Amino acid sequence: MLSRTAANLFWMGRHLERADTAARLLDVGQRITLLPNTASGYQNEWNSLLQASGTANLFAAKYGEISQENIEEFIFFDRQNPSSVLSCVEKAREAGRIVRTALTSQVWDALNMAYQDLRRLEKTPRDRLHSTSLTDFTTSHTSTVRGAINATQLRNDGWHFMNLGYGLERADATARLLDVKYYVLLPRIEFVGSGLDTYQWQVILRALSAHRAYHWAYGGDITAGRVVDFLILNGESPRSLITSLYEAVWNLEGLAKRYGETVPTTARDKAREVLERLQAHDIDMIFDEGLHEFLTWFIGEIGTISTLVHEDYLLGGA
Amino acid sequence: MNYYNEMYEGSRVRDPYARLSQWVEGMPADFRQMKQAEAEALFRRIGITFAVYGEGGDPDRLIPFDMMPRVFEQSEWRRLERGIKQRARALNAFLRDVYGRAEIVRAGRIPARLVYQNNAYEKAVVGVVPPRGVYSHIIGIDLVRTSKDEFFVLEDNCRTPSGVSYMLENREIMMRMFPGLFRGNRIEPVDQYPELLRRTLESVAPAKCHDRPTCVILTPGHFNSAYYEHSFLANLMGVELVEGADLFVDGEFVYMRTTQGPRRVDVIYRRIDDPFLDPLCFRPDSMLGVPGLMDVYRSGGVSICSAPGAGVADDKAIYTFVPEMVRFYLGEEPMLQNVQTWTLWKQDDYRYVIENLADLVVKEVHGSGGYGMLVGPRSTKEEIEAFRAKIEANPGNYIAQPTLALSTCPTFVEEGLAPRHVDLRPYCLCGDRIELVPGGLTRVALREGSLVVNSSQGGGVKDTWVLSE
Repeated sequence: MLSRTAANLFWMGRHLERADTAARLLDVGQRITLLPNTASGYQNEWNSLLQASGTANLFAAKYGEISQENIEEFIFFDRQNPSSVLSCVEKAREAGRIVRTALTSQVWDALNMAYQDLRRLEKTPRDRLHSTSLTDFTTSHTSTVRGAINATQLRNDGWHFMNLGYGLERADATARLLDVKYYVLLPRIEFVGSGLDTYQWQVILRALSAHRAYHWAYGGDITAGRVVDFLILNGESPRSLITSLYEAVWNLEGLAKRYGETVPTTARDKAREVLERLQAHDIDMIFDEGLHEFLTWFIGEIGTISTLVHEDYLLGGA
Repeated sequence: MNYYNEMYEGSRVRDPYARLSQWVEGMPADFRQMKQAEAEALFRRIGITFAVYGEGGDPDRLIPFDMMPRVFEQSEWRRLERGIKQRARALNAFLRDVYGRAEIVRAGRIPARLVYQNNAYEKAVVGVVPPRGVYSHIIGIDLVRTSKDEFFVLEDNCRTPSGVSYMLENREIMMRMFPGLFRGNRIEPVDQYPELLRRTLESVAPAKCHDRPTCVILTPGHFNSAYYEHSFLANLMGVELVEGADLFVDGEFVYMRTTQGPRRVDVIYRRIDDPFLDPLCFRPDSMLGVPGLMDVYRSGGVSICSAPGAGVADDKAIYTFVPEMVRFYLGEEPMLQNVQTWTLWKQDDYRYVIENLADLVVKEVHGSGGYGMLVGPRSTKEEIEAFRAKIEANPGNYIAQPTLALSTCPTFVEEGLAPRHVDLRPYCLCGDRIELVPGGLTRVALREGSLVVNSSQGGGVKDTWVLSE
């Protein structure tokens, strides 16, 4: 497979997952601001959110004032924000268009439809939209594409690259969403364990569509420890760090097996190593180490794996 | 002017159209509209669109598709086929000659100036003979019909003729929408084209290639208006679609960057123009090509289709000499005629053309796609005067032809069927054999009375049938 084709499939997967994440971030923020909350009001929460997604500076430079409308515009429609839903879907569709022949017509249809619908939405007056429907719109479209991929694509190297993109991006996204919690709570440590704290954890679960799943898995009260366990270490939770990373490793193993010994496997080796380290953790260790510090480490490792994927496969050995 | 109608002779329906005529008569208007909408939806879904250079507007514009097929009888087609193959042989012989000893120039049959001062003549490949001596591997020959037996060649396309994806998709869509028509008529298939093209490319692999050749299609990228066609062909041929940056030169070969490391490429079907092929040899600012490609080509490490420099054979100035090539190289009389052409760098021709602008079609020598041309009888006085000024400023840049009585084909319009002017572009493949599929791209001028069929000027396309015996 051409390296460029593989790169486009990989980034198509990443951008679709990233669009999904942007929409979920919007949902988290929206729900957190509905709470009667901290002294400085909702501004704080939105800011935490932008911090976690790494776009706070960009936002400040362009909009300055934090308001619901500005945030929605920025996270959803703003083309200057490389992580906005529109930017991501556009990039995913562009990548898909370039490698049209590597996609089934169902996948292309679903991808193209997501883009066309989004373009229509872009032209709708903003006061007729609200953020919940924007989030639903995005997750339903990205799920359709995902479903088409699962149902129709050949299980070849292209499939591995697409899913590798999904897996790495999802690991990164869940880590960042968890980190939002850290930013929100940071200034007010006395909230830990309070009702508000619990509610915020609940919001995170909701944003990851994991609210009910959590109850099935643990039952009973929502506690910080269990939520973190569910989203980091639980192998059944579909968006947990361990599941996402496991998927990435699985796809990298698939590539290594398919390509044989002549092709380097540094990405696979690194991903294996990170997975092993993750498996060696338990929840107490994570809290002892500091959740934020742990997540920062993890996000860095995902970045390294992604770089190694490029070096192993996407440069074409030239 | 009297136009040859391909379906009707007076009120009588010509034989090949007999069944189609019944089909049309039995079709209620609302059904037709429904089918037309269905066809458009299919085209849009598979993504065949055509961006028109310099017009702006919707980049995902569709070329209008007309559901009424155009039909040739087997005997008509056989004659055309022989003529096209003959012309293709002569064009390749000419290319072999002018990059070698240029006997045709020495013999005084073609002026040296027209060959050697031609922009498309590539000094960089003089003396290089590509595998099997074939320079142009896909030749699109644009034909028009003026009567039952008279066909004229409007122009030759020896570089990278486009539109073949329309030939294939038009057929695909017709078969999908009207399977009954294909059961009732015995229509020669065209869908073997991608397979034939792949075989043609493999047959011209360089001598240094010992295994089964690896072929690729080289595209300028997804912003190109013909990108759909490039990816469509790559898909059907089962070859990689590459961009310049996917290829690199190492030693005496060209490689593509793959997930499993470098892989050698033997044959490149390029869809980019000569000047962009290799920044070290041609335009240094080109980002589309592959640095060092021409060195590999010249030393026989890779085949490029069409070969660099092939464009010199399809120039509008060279065009007038193609019948001469047929006689000179093949010792045969040309089966397909050229349209009478006045070349404005000749004094007599110039005077005639300037005096008769209102009756003639004037084209730029290097123009294409229906841009920069004047159709005298369909132009206003002001347009003619404006064009006259352009000609006077640079006569050598123009040729003129009589306004031909292009044949018409019934075409669906608002009120039902109406005659519209058509042309035909068959695609001739040249490798170890010369082949063409029975059919081609029929373009139709959808505006009433219009003689310009280019899609950039409001033209549409039709499925083209050759009936088997």
